[in-house]
Amino acid sequence: MTSFTRRIALTAVAATALASLPALAAEKVNLGVSIPAATHSFMGGINYWANQAKKDLEKQHKDLKITIKTAANAPEQANQLQDLSTVTKINALVVFPFESAALTKPVAQVKAKGAYVTVVDRGLTDTSAQDAYVAGDNTAFGRIPAEYIAKQLGGKGNVVALRGIATTLDNERMDAFNAVLKNHPDIKLLDAKYANWNRDDAFKVTQDYLTRFKQIDAIWAADDDMAVGVLKAIEQAKRDDIKIVFGGAGAKGMVKTIMDGKDKRIGADVSYSPKFIYDAIKLTAEARLKGEKLPATTIIPSVLITKENAKDFYHPNSPF
Amino acid sequence: MPPEQQTPMPQPEAAQHRSESKPRWTEHLHGLGPVIGLVLLCIGGTLLNSDFATVDNAMNVLTRTAFIGIIAVGMCFVIISGGIDLSVGSMAALIAGSVIMFINWAGPASGSPLMAVVMGAVLAVVLGALFGLAHGLLITKGRIEPFIVTLGTLGIFRAYLTYFADGGALTLDNDLSDLYAPVYYASLAGIPVPVWVFVIVAIIGGVILNRTAYGRYVQAIGSNEQVARYAAVDVDRVKILTYVLLGVCVGIATLLYVPRLGSASPTTGLLWELEAIAAVIVGGTALKGGAGSITGTVVGAILLSVISNILNLTSIISVYLNAAVQGFVIIIVAFLQRGRR
Repeated sequence: MTSFTRRIALTAVAATALASLPALAAEKVNLGVSIPAATHSFMGGINYWANQAKKDLEKQHKDLKITIKTAANAPEQANQLQDLSTVTKINALVVFPFESAALTKPVAQVKAKGAYVTVVDRGLTDTSAQDAYVAGDNTAFGRIPAEYIAKQLGGKGNVVALRGIATTLDNERMDAFNAVLKNHPDIKLLDAKYANWNRDDAFKVTQDYLTRFKQIDAIWAADDDMAVGVLKAIEQAKRDDIKIVFGGAGAKGMVKTIMDGKDKRIGADVSYSPKFIYDAIKLTAEARLKGEKLPATTIIPSVLITKENAKDFYHPNSPF
Repeated sequence: MPPEQQTPMPQPEAAQHRSESKPRWTEHLHGLGPVIGLVLLCIGGTLLNSDFATVDNAMNVLTRTAFIGIIAVGMCFVIISGGIDLSVGSMAALIAGSVIMFINWAGPASGSPLMAVVMGAVLAVVLGALFGLAHGLLITKGRIEPFIVTLGTLGIFRAYLTYFADGGALTLDNDLSDLYAPVYYASLAGIPVPVWVFVIVAIIGGVILNRTAYGRYVQAIGSNEQVARYAAVDVDRVKILTYVLLGVCVGIATLLYVPRLGSASPTTGLLWELEAIAAVIVGGTALKGGAGSITGTVVGAILLSVISNILNLTSIISVYLNAAVQGFVIIIVAFLQRGRR
């Protein structure tokens, strides 16, 4: 073989190798999923849907491998991100950050090593650390219940609210709720207290609201877990002035109640399903398998759940 | 803890004071710290909101105090003996979850829902005693620090509950829930059942601590374990019993707790350990052990729930600062308490 033909052959080999490289990278997706541990119902749902996504997607795509890690706190999650990057050698990541600020650097490091990063729900403080962002709609989460309550009460009445844990996410919801009420001057928001997305705290806070206010028309529980505590406290106080109890997030028990029309006070809910982690994993995996990118921001809409559409939101196998 | 408590120097001085002009009332005054704090809080509460001083509100507060209060009575024994238990919140959550699963299973299986509920309640206490026994054995026979043992079980108990609940909530079936509900919601002579149970547990606790040899051994071990050993006190047995006692208290608290919401989730009982420990300490028991009182503990527990009740009944302070208010009151009451041992 002359040196000329050899050179041509080598170039051809090199060219094919080079050409096949991006193709290979696009085909094999080693996806890491990093989420908080299942310490409350909502996170239980997140865990359920993440595992569901792994099951469904790995069956559908043989070039996809999904590794799920759950962390009990921010430092642990940072360690796991490191492991995913260096040991599992992921090339795509879907992360639900425990805390926004604390995890920005660790996520940025994973991205710097070449992985495609999708951040879910709790954003990072520096968006350049991510390729895509998928989240529920917190503004709608506050706006929809306010609109529903205003409409049901005919624009007049007393409302109390329960808040979650003091976070920006909770502020966003509360602000949206207040913004709507501003258009209804005859609806009075008597007070809004933190009940930490916790049933027991919601029970106590509601007991105290009932002691304090003689006439309450609607309670915005702002979470289905808290709504459970609210209802028990109303029951115990034997009060029948409360016409509406509005939860939030579309937990299966609450959706079932709406479907069956079992409780007059619970006519609607607003979706904020932990299923968005499923959607985020699916979107990321499928885009990467095709070598494509996701839009910079995908908002999974929060919608009003009523008797008519409740069955679309009912997932009896999910723990949430 | 102020330094004079640890240095032996001021002690003879204090003894002198007592033997001379000022009799025991100064000592009593220190013990009154939590009571003074509670009275001040109640006056403040009434001024801020007239609904504070209603019977209904008082019953609400006492009922919700019952859980932490009952646990705190048991915790008081453990702390006086020089130990600590960080796991009580997780333990309560796991017991609640186990009891719910058991009742849901036994209700249809045994054919008698009432029997299932009764057996569930018994199970709560038995489980509590067993968990307490495990703690006691690991701490005495296994010679592991109580802090470490219960830090371990804090994680273990809650993890198992999360596992059983599949990350969501374990919920009592509806009919069974109605059957069990009176245990929390019913009243006897106008006073809710949990309050009665709380009072009974506190009285029994007080009698055991102050009127029995066992109670005195607990105090002796807390004040000087070595001396107690020389005095032929069976230190291990006494210590194990304090953890069993606490476990039983957690079991009782849980059997009252389950009918309240009829469900247990991984957030059930979160931070109860700190609330129970705070109640004991605010009530005048020294964290290093040796001496303490059940009355103080009961007052301490009530004081803590009164603070959050007042914060809920008013809206003068930014909601962001609620936890700070609680912290301030705890420190102020502890300050009123200083000088005791």
